[in-house]
Amino acid sequence: MEFARRDAPYVTPSTSVPAVMLHVLLALIPAALAYVWYFGFGFVFNLLIASLFCAGGEAVMLRLRGHSAREGLTDLSALVTAVLLAFALPALTPWWVTATASLFGIVVAKHVYGGLGFNIFNPAMAGYVVALVAFPMYLNLWTAPRMGDLDYHYVTILETLRYTLTGSLPDYLTFDAVTRATPLDMVTSGLANMRTFDELRAYSMMGDFGGRGWEWIGNFTAIGGAWLLLRKIIRWQIPTGVLLGLLVPSGLFYVLEPGVHASPGFHLFSGGAILCAFFVATDPVSAATSDRGRLIYGLGIGILIYIIRRWGSYADGVAFSVLLMNMAVPAIDYVTRPHIVGHPKRRWGHN
Amino acid sequence: MSEGAPTYDLGKLHGGLRLPTEKEASTARDIRIAAVPSQLILPITQHVGDPAQPIVSIGERVLKGQLVADAEGALSAPVHASSSGKIVAIEPSPVSRRHGSPAPCVVIECDGRDEAIDNADIILDYRELDPETLFHRILYGGIVGLGGAVFPTAQKLMQASTLPLEYLILNGVECEPYISCDDMLMRNYADEVLSGAQILLHALGLPQCYVVLESDKQEAIHALVDALKTLDDPRITLKQVPTIYPSGAEDQLVQLVTNREVPTGGLPTDVGCVVQNVGTAAAVHRWIITGEPLISRITTVTGDGVHTPVNVLARIGTPIADIIELAGGYTDRAHHMVVGGPMTGKSVTTDRVPIVKATNCVLVLSKAVPLSDEKQCIRCGECAVVCPVQLQPQQLFWYACADNEAKLREFGLTDCIECGCCDLVCPSHIPLTADFRQAKARMQELADEKARAERARRRFESRTQRLEVEKLKREQELAAQKEAAKKAGAGAIKAIMERVKSKVDSDPAEDD
Repeated sequence: MEFARRDAPYVTPSTSVPAVMLHVLLALIPAALAYVWYFGFGFVFNLLIASLFCAGGEAVMLRLRGHSAREGLTDLSALVTAVLLAFALPALTPWWVTATASLFGIVVAKHVYGGLGFNIFNPAMAGYVVALVAFPMYLNLWTAPRMGDLDYHYVTILETLRYTLTGSLPDYLTFDAVTRATPLDMVTSGLANMRTFDELRAYSMMGDFGGRGWEWIGNFTAIGGAWLLLRKIIRWQIPTGVLLGLLVPSGLFYVLEPGVHASPGFHLFSGGAILCAFFVATDPVSAATSDRGRLIYGLGIGILIYIIRRWGSYADGVAFSVLLMNMAVPAIDYVTRPHIVGHPKRRWGHN
Repeated sequence: MSEGAPTYDLGKLHGGLRLPTEKEASTARDIRIAAVPSQLILPITQHVGDPAQPIVSIGERVLKGQLVADAEGALSAPVHASSSGKIVAIEPSPVSRRHGSPAPCVVIECDGRDEAIDNADIILDYRELDPETLFHRILYGGIVGLGGAVFPTAQKLMQASTLPLEYLILNGVECEPYISCDDMLMRNYADEVLSGAQILLHALGLPQCYVVLESDKQEAIHALVDALKTLDDPRITLKQVPTIYPSGAEDQLVQLVTNREVPTGGLPTDVGCVVQNVGTAAAVHRWIITGEPLISRITTVTGDGVHTPVNVLARIGTPIADIIELAGGYTDRAHHMVVGGPMTGKSVTTDRVPIVKATNCVLVLSKAVPLSDEKQCIRCGECAVVCPVQLQPQQLFWYACADNEAKLREFGLTDCIECGCCDLVCPSHIPLTADFRQAKARMQELADEKARAERARRRFESRTQRLEVEKLKREQELAAQKEAAKKAGAGAIKAIMERVKSKVDSDPAEDD
């Protein structure tokens, strides 16, 4: 009997890139529901627009680069970028802002560098930062979180849709009526105005830890992240690094100079810290690859988030921190190469 | 350790995979003994090193156990007839080593009488033999490493015996899925394995031997414990290791058992260990104690492409096609055949290849591993997590694509043991092991080319130098002559002139 020739090993791999990406998407569902619940339906519109432009940009770029668009789209990586962007953007965001962020992320940050696997920068964060720099006025307007106990106008789905498409609210609504400063904004400006953290904390907007709504999105994000850890889609080093990098300096300053610094709990649960720890920094393409390297990479991101939040001019620093550490990846990878079995033990970075 | 209780203290192994063992089916049945086939096909290369040289001629009748090809050159091993019959051909025939492409073989038409050569006179008490003699005896038994590497055992022992050693390790760790021939060997021939261990200990003059196997081989462990009780040899200890692939690879086993890393480019002997497969030990026993050279082995015939997976005791040289029946024959779905395990085995294109000394398993699989759905590396690093040598396959892959030889060396390409773990966890389905194998071959080619160029350069340089020296010598000679002429001065010239003149004067007729 004659047989077909194959190369070893003859066992089918247990996982695939689309499976990994699908896990990431599924893990974000609880957080997405929490986002919609607290900040409104705008998330869904943003997600649809981001998906449309990310997938469109991906398809066009793949075609231009001589690849099959279908094959590239089915890896679902463009969709992950779209979802992360939707999380980063406020519920009320005009479509062109979302489109700019999506296209920059996919076309420039991803495909100009060679597509999936070759991008140095996290596409979602690169796109978000470009939008943040290009349209600062749109990205600082967050709808007030659902609080139940406030006299407050919730934007309806139609009002949100209108804003998303036109960039303006109906005449009977003002921005002041529907948006609030985010807890991070409040704390940054409050501390700058010589108010103590405990005073600021008394506002109901501040919730229990990281701000009303934000902390629950954080919780659900962490649940999704834990599931990814269990399924070994991500490894513990990066999330631990990010969280420690944020908690250690914030805890230290909070204890040493009480009152003038926000609590570590606030830093952890506010803004995009948890999303960053489990879903953004863990993007394998733009992260460090060795175990030690990933811990260092995560720590760097965490520390930078704290530095930007505390002393920078932006309320949150997740996107900048990730991009800055993306740049450091080659160096980190070089100095943290693991010891090859049977090779002489070497000091860091030397052979 | 005469009470034989297995011990557990272990070194650490990085990475590895817990694979489904797939051994239940083939171990559920007793070993089946293959009949004498109509033809035996004996490749003259069944070992690493130079091929054995046939010493028989076509038409000659040979007996079972008779030498048909003798060791010749470096790391060679002899080949014996595994049944009686007539030599009908010495010609290329398909072999598994070359994926079913032909290589030189001695073909025997069996007469079915299975008449054995009388070896009674060569059986001596091995304890009376000095190591050197024992090594030579082992060489003539055609014994090679049966774990898959087929390194001639005698040469391995000889090399090792010149070095300071501490342990003999008998490798019963059959970590690759499906393969169960060593398990069945230990269950059924534990006494032969241990007797082989004693011979090896004597040959090496070593005080300590570990017989190592996985904790999920309980039946084999019981058999070994019982045999050890009977033997009562305090030098031999059983050790269990966890069932993790690839803990049975030689260097990895040494690391597990002794917590020592075999240095890069080195051998287990560099850390005081000699590793032999349990099958090799049993083969040594058979040859030294009963006078039967290595002419048969246990092979697992398994996979979802055969009806009843089983272990078969077959004569070396039996075509695989002849033993498939013992496993119930092919199923309709049989799609490809692998000689060896599913992680490191060789795919063969035909079942006419014979069982050779290396054939521990014949795996018939129905599903083809999907081809060409390779995507870009996303640098997830899972390959680095499972690599038992702690390489970074993602970096190696990058450098292999870029053909960056310096970086490939720096990142340890040559340390890759080709276990295939990285392939299995790669979400992008990159055939990393195949790529690394190619990169290694390319690297070797480059090195060979470099060596050739270096030789040519040296030849050219030495020639230039030689010419230079000769030229210098000639110049010196010429200069010396000139100098001599100068020293002789005008007087000499005058003398010559006079001589010429006198000649002309005295003999004018010469001018005619």
